[in-house]
Amino acid sequence: MNGTDILTIARKDARTALRRRGVRLSLVLFPVIAAVGLSLVVRYAGTRSGTTIPPEILSRLLVSFLFFFVIGSSSLPTAIAAYSFVGEKVERSLEPLLATPVTDLDVLLGKALAAFVPPVVATWFGAGLFIVITDREVSRSGGTTHLPDATAWLILGLAIPLSALLSVLVSVLVSVRATDTRSAQQAAGLLALPFAAVYVMSEIQVISLDPAGMLTLAGVLAAIDVVLFVLARAAFDREEILTRWR
Amino acid sequence: MEGLTRRFGETVAVDGLTVEIGDGEVFGLLGPNGAGKTTTIRMLAGLIGVTSGRATVCGVDVTDRSAGPRLRGLVGVLPEEVGLYGDLSAAQTLDFFGRLQHLRPGVRAERIDELLNRLDLWDRRDTPAASLSKGLKQRLALARALVHDPPVVLLDEPTANLDPEVARTVREFLVDLRTRGHTVVINTHRLEEAERICDRVGILRTRLLRVGAPTDLRASMTGGRVTIGLEQVTDPVLEAAQRLCSGATGNGRGHLPHGAALVSGDRSITATLPVGTAVADLVTAVVLAGGRVTTVSQGESLEDVYLQIVEERS
Repeated sequence: MNGTDILTIARKDARTALRRRGVRLSLVLFPVIAAVGLSLVVRYAGTRSGTTIPPEILSRLLVSFLFFFVIGSSSLPTAIAAYSFVGEKVERSLEPLLATPVTDLDVLLGKALAAFVPPVVATWFGAGLFIVITDREVSRSGGTTHLPDATAWLILGLAIPLSALLSVLVSVLVSVRATDTRSAQQAAGLLALPFAAVYVMSEIQVISLDPAGMLTLAGVLAAIDVVLFVLARAAFDREEILTRWR
Repeated sequence: MEGLTRRFGETVAVDGLTVEIGDGEVFGLLGPNGAGKTTTIRMLAGLIGVTSGRATVCGVDVTDRSAGPRLRGLVGVLPEEVGLYGDLSAAQTLDFFGRLQHLRPGVRAERIDELLNRLDLWDRRDTPAASLSKGLKQRLALARALVHDPPVVLLDEPTANLDPEVARTVREFLVDLRTRGHTVVINTHRLEEAERICDRVGILRTRLLRVGAPTDLRASMTGGRVTIGLEQVTDPVLEAAQRLCSGATGNGRGHLPHGAALVSGDRSITATLPVGTAVADLVTAVVLAGGRVTTVSQGESLEDVYLQIVEERS
């Protein structure tokens, strides 16, 4: 494994993807709109009821809102990954890249890094903004700040990166069959659905988004990521790409 | 290459390819679509594996997958599709690939400047690849293959779909590569191109059907046959030609009977030259005998030879 090669590829891919307006917009708009919008919901909910939200309910509400950023991080990487993998496949630019001394693993890691880092940073920014705004709101209304609590740290530190990684790996596997970036993005974007289901289940209290629940979720995500990485590694083989990727 | 074979499932793409390509040689691989030319290039570049047989490039065994990165540092590959990054400029493209070839910054900058100049891309160095014309894209792709100054260059259809002027520029550059000592393997459909720039060509149709210098291949199919058009065929001209040609003199008109070395027509003589006799020797002998030469045609073209060989084996 050659870190310099990985970074060279990652920088090039990230720069290329970020030149596209659609990618830039998705990376900026989702975190900002989610942070501001969800904060407004918290504020409005308190005002409408005429009383302050009980702390235990507010705490659960804030964590479940913070989970929205996990949903976001599971779909944001598809925009970059689609260009990085399917885009290169369509443009036939993978062969020259594979003809360099770089190993398959380094190419995969470089491309995965390019698709992983910007969305995770953008999601962290959005989640951080949400925490700052809601803390200010809660403090202003005389309540006790809840975030970041242990669950929030687990969301930020584990769930967001692991779901983003899952999205990148699914994109690699989708790119084997996809013939254009849009369909690759749409197929990989379906990944947000299971996370949305987790959110709904937490709302109806089938599962709990407490530290134990988040650790369980993170463990499941990590296990899936490992399996998908093995599959992606097998799919992203020089020979497979040149002879089977169509 | 020795018995180099590649199968894809039940399909044999390349079967028992055996040929040795020397240092500084320009070797052309000719063959119809699906003949295994691209597969051969990919095997030599370490891009795909080998089913059986062996091949070495600059002493590196292409069947040794662990040697892949080293092998890919020794070869420069121009794929059939240029596959450039549309957003990167010409200079950025070369810089990116120079980095991946692990060139030191100073060397990289020098190579980039040199290639941009040699391939007339200097004025377009900051232009995104997507905005370049087809010919300029092809030149940039060539520069990309050469950024690390590889001793072996593998080119898959380097002039395909280019207009004649651009194709000529690329051909001139390939000749320049030979003079600089690079070993070049070219896949091409353009037989006149192979004839002009290749030291030897191999005709491939899954198996290697024939290998040789283009002139030798032609001679092997036509038996060194030359037709000289004359204003008038005179006895002294015939005698001079006979002296140069071995074997019996035929007396037919137009076609060379089997085994005959010389046939005369009203305004032409067709001779089968013995080994070691050049066409120029025959023409000189004819002119010295008072013949007024109007045309000289040397047997069949490489294209005829190619088609004949490929059809024979199909």
